[in-house]
Amino acid sequence: MGAIILSSGLEPFDPKVTDEFGYGRFQNVVTSMDYERLLSATGAYEGEVLRASDLKHPHKIAWIQCVGSRQVIEGGNSYCSAVCCTYTQKQVILTKEHDAGAECTIFHNDIRSYGKDFEKFYERTEKLPGVRFFRSYVSIGKEDPVTKNISIRYSTPDDGVKEEEFDMVVLSVGLNPPKDAKGIANKFGIELNDHGFCKGTPTNSMETTRPGVFVSGAFQGPTDIPESVFTASAAGSQVGELLDYRRGDLSKERIYPPERDVSQEEPRIGVFVCHCGANISRIVSIPETVEYCKTLPNVVYAQEQIFSCATNSAKEIADVTREKGLNRVIVAACSPRTLEPLFRDSVREAGINQYYCDMANIREHCSWVHAKEKEDATQKAKDIIRMSAARTFHLEALQEFDLPVDKRALVVGGGIAGMTCALSIAKQGHEVYLIEKDTALGGIARRISSTLEGLDVQAFLNDTISKVYQHPLIHVYTGATITEGTGYVGNFLTKVKSDRGNAEIVHGAAVIAIGADVYKPTEYLYGQDDRIMTGLELEEQIARKEEKVMNAQNLVMIQCVGCRNEDRNYCSRICCSQSVKNALTLKELNPAMDIYILFRDMRTYGFKEDFYREAANKDVRFIRYEPSDKPEVKVVQKKGQPVLKVIATDPILGKKIEIDTDIVALAAAVIPAASSKEVSLQFKVSLGPDDWFKEAHVKLRPVEFATDGVFLCGTAHYPKHITETINQAYGAAGRVLTLLSRDIVTASGSVCTVDENKCVSCGACITVCNYGAIEFYETPEGRKAKVNPVLCKGDGVCNTVCATSAIQLKHFNDEEIYSQIDAAIGDL
Amino acid sequence: MCTGRVDLSYIIRGFSKGADGVFVVGCHLNECNYITHGNFHALSTALLCKKIFEYIGLNPERLMIKFMSGGEGILFTEVMNEFDKKVKELGPLGKVEGMDANTIKSKLEAVTKLIPYIRLVERERLRLPYKTKEEYETFFNSDEFNKLFNELIVEKLIISQITALLKEEPLSTSNIANALGLTPSEVSRHINTSSRHGLVRYDVEQKRYALA
Repeated sequence: MGAIILSSGLEPFDPKVTDEFGYGRFQNVVTSMDYERLLSATGAYEGEVLRASDLKHPHKIAWIQCVGSRQVIEGGNSYCSAVCCTYTQKQVILTKEHDAGAECTIFHNDIRSYGKDFEKFYERTEKLPGVRFFRSYVSIGKEDPVTKNISIRYSTPDDGVKEEEFDMVVLSVGLNPPKDAKGIANKFGIELNDHGFCKGTPTNSMETTRPGVFVSGAFQGPTDIPESVFTASAAGSQVGELLDYRRGDLSKERIYPPERDVSQEEPRIGVFVCHCGANISRIVSIPETVEYCKTLPNVVYAQEQIFSCATNSAKEIADVTREKGLNRVIVAACSPRTLEPLFRDSVREAGINQYYCDMANIREHCSWVHAKEKEDATQKAKDIIRMSAARTFHLEALQEFDLPVDKRALVVGGGIAGMTCALSIAKQGHEVYLIEKDTALGGIARRISSTLEGLDVQAFLNDTISKVYQHPLIHVYTGATITEGTGYVGNFLTKVKSDRGNAEIVHGAAVIAIGADVYKPTEYLYGQDDRIMTGLELEEQIARKEEKVMNAQNLVMIQCVGCRNEDRNYCSRICCSQSVKNALTLKELNPAMDIYILFRDMRTYGFKEDFYREAANKDVRFIRYEPSDKPEVKVVQKKGQPVLKVIATDPILGKKIEIDTDIVALAAAVIPAASSKEVSLQFKVSLGPDDWFKEAHVKLRPVEFATDGVFLCGTAHYPKHITETINQAYGAAGRVLTLLSRDIVTASGSVCTVDENKCVSCGACITVCNYGAIEFYETPEGRKAKVNPVLCKGDGVCNTVCATSAIQLKHFNDEEIYSQIDAAIGDL
Repeated sequence: MCTGRVDLSYIIRGFSKGADGVFVVGCHLNECNYITHGNFHALSTALLCKKIFEYIGLNPERLMIKFMSGGEGILFTEVMNEFDKKVKELGPLGKVEGMDANTIKSKLEAVTKLIPYIRLVERERLRLPYKTKEEYETFFNSDEFNKLFNELIVEKLIISQITALLKEEPLSTSNIANALGLTPSEVSRHINTSSRHGLVRYDVEQKRYALA
């Protein structure tokens, strides 16, 4: 083989290594992994959260954060596990869904909700009734011999140390390297880092110390799902760089049986009702539902399946469809979002058009949400299937479109993200047009001198820029603006005005890597005194060795300036590490300098925690402030000199402190690039609530847009560190390659169509279609609207504005939906 | 498919088939998965439908529209439970309204017939540039909207209701006035318009109006 990818994952921390938490000794102390299983429908008590000691529902539950993380003790890990704060919040929300009256208490250190949308998630958890967040170290006290409740000792700012009893204690355990990481390392001849995870290179986390061996996911270090997906796709792209010349050698073309025309046949519907293991069947009576299906009009066959998605079951669907002469298939199982393509494929295998398949969602819409109402749930499952059957009766065969794929890519933005992505695509043999609005490549990284881990950013940047310019397949356009964006997956046409004049670029894929901007603070006297600057400006001044900074005796940094507030309810993710980095650099240059960092939560997640500890050990003073009691920056006259003063509350002393300082550095928020809106319209992609570009799926498709053929990387997606940007850039390149390496793509058959006889050419549909998918064209009967099926995304808004109902969304037309409405109510 | 695909006719169809309440739920406003922001269309449709309900004497609270994300299970449960309670309080369609099944059927039929026309009106006069739910609600409660509604929809709605009534049986002016809660002179005015348009004729023998 030509390359190896190690994706061996992680091992949850085992709290048994210390006796500190009573795990294994006390029955009602569980780890977060154990608890995750309890919450699951396929868990020990089939989705009921019960205590092992008495099989009763716990009512008062405590979570203890940082178990095995952020601890420099024997058996513990010094790093932050990066995911536990947010998974705990998820568990609290799910617990409250199981039992609205549950009392949930979280004992935590810093809350590190630094990921995209995590701050809102934290806020939502905090606002739930009966949920308390306590910032305190805790110790497990005793187990009550009779009730088996667990007592926890913790400290409060007002009442000192308190002891409280809980029915259950959940240990939010951290992430360890995979079991036998050393064995893996030996076997593949790679090195591990100090923490026992795979050692990457500073500019490429996918690269191990041995060429040809790559790593993705949590073996790189603690990481959550989106980052794992970035790195998986990124490792794929790097393997592609090595092995592109052999791409497709082992793949085989699928050949489907010829499609039978069933449009003239009486509908013969088959229903396959899935148990989903026990997910559905423990709530919904499957045999009863199957019998009911058989009574529905035009349903000629019904059966149950344990897992419809299992390979043998999917084959069974195809076989039965063929044998019983079915011409419509309903799979009553889960959400169509994930598995509809699979079942459509089964139907195709049976020689039927794939649009004759429908899914009735009796899991997410039924069994999962009606665990306590089994009989009603069975009735609801029947209702859902009856509605599906009514619609399925009217379904039509639809054709998908084969579109040729232009083999070139356009990358918008010439920062680290755009350049990394462009290089990886070019290395796999595709031409890339890289356009940058500035007159030079580099983006915001041009202002950054080093990373916290010590990478020389300027050296890396210059090296990358020269690689980009030297690559024969990359065409760079600087001083560029996009004047028009048209086209669709595989066939985009983008007009660009640049230093090279006007160009019309034809390309099959586009990558949005336009980066982000820095917030210009309006608070803390910024702009009124040149001793007050942003963290980035401080970094630049340190790099230039400015006297004012070098000779400072006191320096105060204030975190969370312009974000984690009402205007911008998100965490800018990089500022805590940036401040720690600046503090460490300054301590190196001038050990006598007194540095204060005023923070809300220090979010030095993952291995960055080690640098936070180092800064604290080097006497950088970290003082926490509450958003309700923000620090104050003042200029006061002392002996005729304007003295800079910072006033803040010291939470440990519980009183105001005043710091005379030479420099104030504000950790200014990272904000979406000014051109985000414009670019989003040009490429027909959407922005999220904070105006960051919105990926197709937060977890599962983090480098793609819902709009086919357009991809995303770098800080345009959300603030992130350079290494994370590089991960995502390679990740986007990987996804671009899956598109560009194909000769054709198919576009959905569920698009709008116009009945010309009904069209009165009013243009209502044209005005509401932001995709520009509908146009007038001349017919012998006059002007009529016509849909370009490739541009239509199937949202169907045009249908509701058409006075004559001439335009209809196929697969969801009026007749199909009316029949569903009628069936929903008709049988009550 | 988007919430913007929820057609006025779907809502009316639900009520016509015997639903006592209809709940429309879509993604958060300004967080469109497409780029069309169709949920604003849905909001506009729902607010207009409520206005029509008010006019024909059905309780507008029977229709609810909310915006939430797929991750907000608790919110969905709360909202559903609340709406369920509300609809149960209102009872079967027609109960609090004091209308029998036939009257309701005929009124909803009248609305259904008017839907193509309403779409035209929406297109010509109710295209709204607003970006928030509050702006939409303010508009639909404004005098400006009331004026438009009265000018553009009410008369059509009355005529549509009259023809729906006459489809059942020929009626006198006072019969119609009673059924629609109008004065006989108002009814005469609309009947005149309708006969001019060739929709209604006077049956001299029965001394009643009938469909033309």
